[in-house]
Amino acid sequence: MLKIDNLHVKLEEEDKQILKGLSLEVPAGQVHAIMGPNGSGKSTLSYVLSGRDGYEVTEGSATLDGESLLDMEPEERAAAGLFLAFQYPVEIPGVGNMTFLRTAVNAQRKARGEAELSSGDFLKVVRAKAAELQISPEMLKRPVNVGFSGGEKKRNEILQMAMLEPRMCIMDETDSGLDVDAMRLVSDGVNALRSPDRSFLVITHYQRLLNHIQPDVVHIMANGRIVKSGGPELALQVEQEGYGDLLAEVG
Amino acid sequence: MTATTDLDVREGVDRETVEAVQSIGSYKYGWDTEIEMDYAPKGLNEDIVRLISAKNNEPEWMTEWRLEAYRRWLTMTEPKWAMLNYPEIDYQDQYYYARPKSMETKPKSLDEVDPKLLATYEKLGIPLNEQLILAGVETTEEGRADGRRVAVDAVFDSVSVGTTFKEELAKAGVIFCSISEAIREHPELVKKYLGSVVPQSDNYFATLNSAVFSDGSFVYIPKGVRCPMELSTYFRINAENTGQFERTLIIADKGSHVSYLEGCTAPKRDTHQLHAAVVEIVVLEDAEVKYSTVQNWYPGDEEGKGGIYNFVTKRADCREARAKVMWTQVETGSAITWKYPSCILRGEESQGEFYSIAIANNHQQADTGTKMIHLGRNTRSRIVSKGISAGRAQNTYRGLVTMHPRATNSRNYTQCDSLLIGDQCGAHTVPYIEVKNTSSRVEHEATTSKVDDDQLFYCRQRGMDEEEAVALVVNGFCREVLQALPMEFAMEAQALVAISLEGSVG
Ligand SMILES: Nc1ncnc2c1ncn2[C@@H]1O[C@H](COP(=O)(O)OP(=O)(O)OP(=O)(O)O)[C@@H](O)[C@H]1O
Ligand SMILES: [Mg+2]
Repeated sequence: MLKIDNLHVKLEEEDKQILKGLSLEVPAGQVHAIMGPNGSGKSTLSYVLSGRDGYEVTEGSATLDGESLLDMEPEERAAAGLFLAFQYPVEIPGVGNMTFLRTAVNAQRKARGEAELSSGDFLKVVRAKAAELQISPEMLKRPVNVGFSGGEKKRNEILQMAMLEPRMCIMDETDSGLDVDAMRLVSDGVNALRSPDRSFLVITHYQRLLNHIQPDVVHIMANGRIVKSGGPELALQVEQEGYGDLLAEVG
Repeated sequence: MTATTDLDVREGVDRETVEAVQSIGSYKYGWDTEIEMDYAPKGLNEDIVRLISAKNNEPEWMTEWRLEAYRRWLTMTEPKWAMLNYPEIDYQDQYYYARPKSMETKPKSLDEVDPKLLATYEKLGIPLNEQLILAGVETTEEGRADGRRVAVDAVFDSVSVGTTFKEELAKAGVIFCSISEAIREHPELVKKYLGSVVPQSDNYFATLNSAVFSDGSFVYIPKGVRCPMELSTYFRINAENTGQFERTLIIADKGSHVSYLEGCTAPKRDTHQLHAAVVEIVVLEDAEVKYSTVQNWYPGDEEGKGGIYNFVTKRADCREARAKVMWTQVETGSAITWKYPSCILRGEESQGEFYSIAIANNHQQADTGTKMIHLGRNTRSRIVSKGISAGRAQNTYRGLVTMHPRATNSRNYTQCDSLLIGDQCGAHTVPYIEVKNTSSRVEHEATTSKVDDDQLFYCRQRGMDEEEAVALVVNGFCREVLQALPMEFAMEAQALVAISLEGSVG
């Protein structure tokens, strides 16, 4: 599904290298987790994959089902099935959450040559999915993320993911700031979306999330590279011992 | 309507915006109608003023009124204080009167109107047919049963082509007709109120209008009547090198209520065209007037060639206690906009509101705002202005709030937000505040921001293209004002916001 090979990325504005030869492959149907110290480049990776401005790829490649992501506009990547649940979801004053969702869903359908959802069908689907995530109808009317609590913003990201049904879901610290119950709601939402042709890349600092969403592979990222990959036990090891020994071990 | 369906319709409105961006080219009203016209000779002098008056079959007092204005105008000079840059206007190089030949004998009913003219309005989405309602309004069968109808006065160059729903309105006692008809049929009302809000000598452009106005709309809502439908005037400039000078007079008698809409478009032409209108509104005790404009005159091309020069004087006089007026404007068109819809809050506890969206793209220049003149005790005013600049455009908010010594315990709240798209445009805020008593309060808030890259990226990550993303974010920025518009206009306005920003990104 997602294949990243020897990716080197620097900031456009300054001479700062952030990703330094990162390679990673997520096969269809799998859940991979990325853990790593603050500032190791996890969010940068998610932005580069989704096409945010400000980064320059100096070497390497990233493909989604064999198609090069890096040549596409952000909206083309989205239509191709790439979704990013933001670490810091963005507020859009004055734009109703529902309007935003419907515009996004129909933009993607249009880009893929599918018919748009009628407003009746859309409302039915969105209300059902929102209810599962315990997002109130009132929250659907409010402007996108404006005045949402940290946890509400994260749940709203998952609602968007559920509506857009992407094939490749990148979740950047979706668990940060969630209370215990919200964590369960979000995990249930993600698990409900798991399928043989959908993959997840879950960036997290805590093993706790991975108790709910069982990963197939855990990667440790440090200084712009994947330095170690393993099974779920790797996450447990990080939780108990921190990164010190692990990083020393790989030099 | 219940709150939920209202929300759903609003949601639909937003969808419409986004579709409009994708489906429509730039200025979509730029075509013209080929029709035989009668022109007055080019230029301006007393004979032209007399001729316009004669064409309208006006009584002597009206001709004299015009001439007085004309003589006054000769002594005045064009105001230069606005932040507007344009070459000298040659007032002799214009036509002041242009009328379709077929309108020489005024049609008695819409059935007699030249089909070409009817087709023009049809194409503009304004069917002059009482079975139909304004285009662009999504209605269900129930919607129609609810009476969501709009009466239209259609003004084509210098004349009113026809007015719909006249009879039904007459049953409610409402007079809705062209101003030229009102001068002939209701001289007592016209004499009493014309020039009582915007005097003949008010300002250069208003004085010019007083001399040469050719047509426009007249509205009288009698005591205690709630106008049974929205009223609207649709102005179309078609002829080349012709100025449009329309005059609108609205009188809301005690305890009455009316919502009035105004729309405007013009063909694409290489030359600039002058539009100098006057709107006067008289609001008596406990009456309420809501006046909404979607101004979409041709703005000129990407290089700044052509476009309408729009110099407009709009003023409402809340003459008696608890009178209320609300101006809402969406200004997307014109090469030059000079416009300050104002409220004179004379009656005790009277209220004035001004909601504005002004968009300037490419080489457009807008200098617009409002005046709130508080004269009576316990008067209230509220100003919400959203200015959007893109391309190389300049957008100025100019506002005046005065609290006179007698206007004790009065309040004004002003919020003035500017949004910049790109780095070659400008936004300016020029507030004048005068408080001449100690118990009144004026609050002013202003912000200037750029379209946020993070917001655009967030939208694009969800699948919207860049123009769609900008349209969505800008519509969000304007939300408060869009919501002040009647539903009939909200959809058109949202689509317009999107269309007028085309080409502003990328
Ligand atoms: N636009 C920028 N300007 C300057 N430095 C940047 C910029 N973007 C990223 N960086 C730097 O790049 C490094 C990687 O940042 P990134 O946000 O990807 O880390 P992260 O692994 O997601 O960290 P965290 O776990 O704290 O979220 C950091 O040192 C950060 O300061
Ligand atoms: Mg991060």
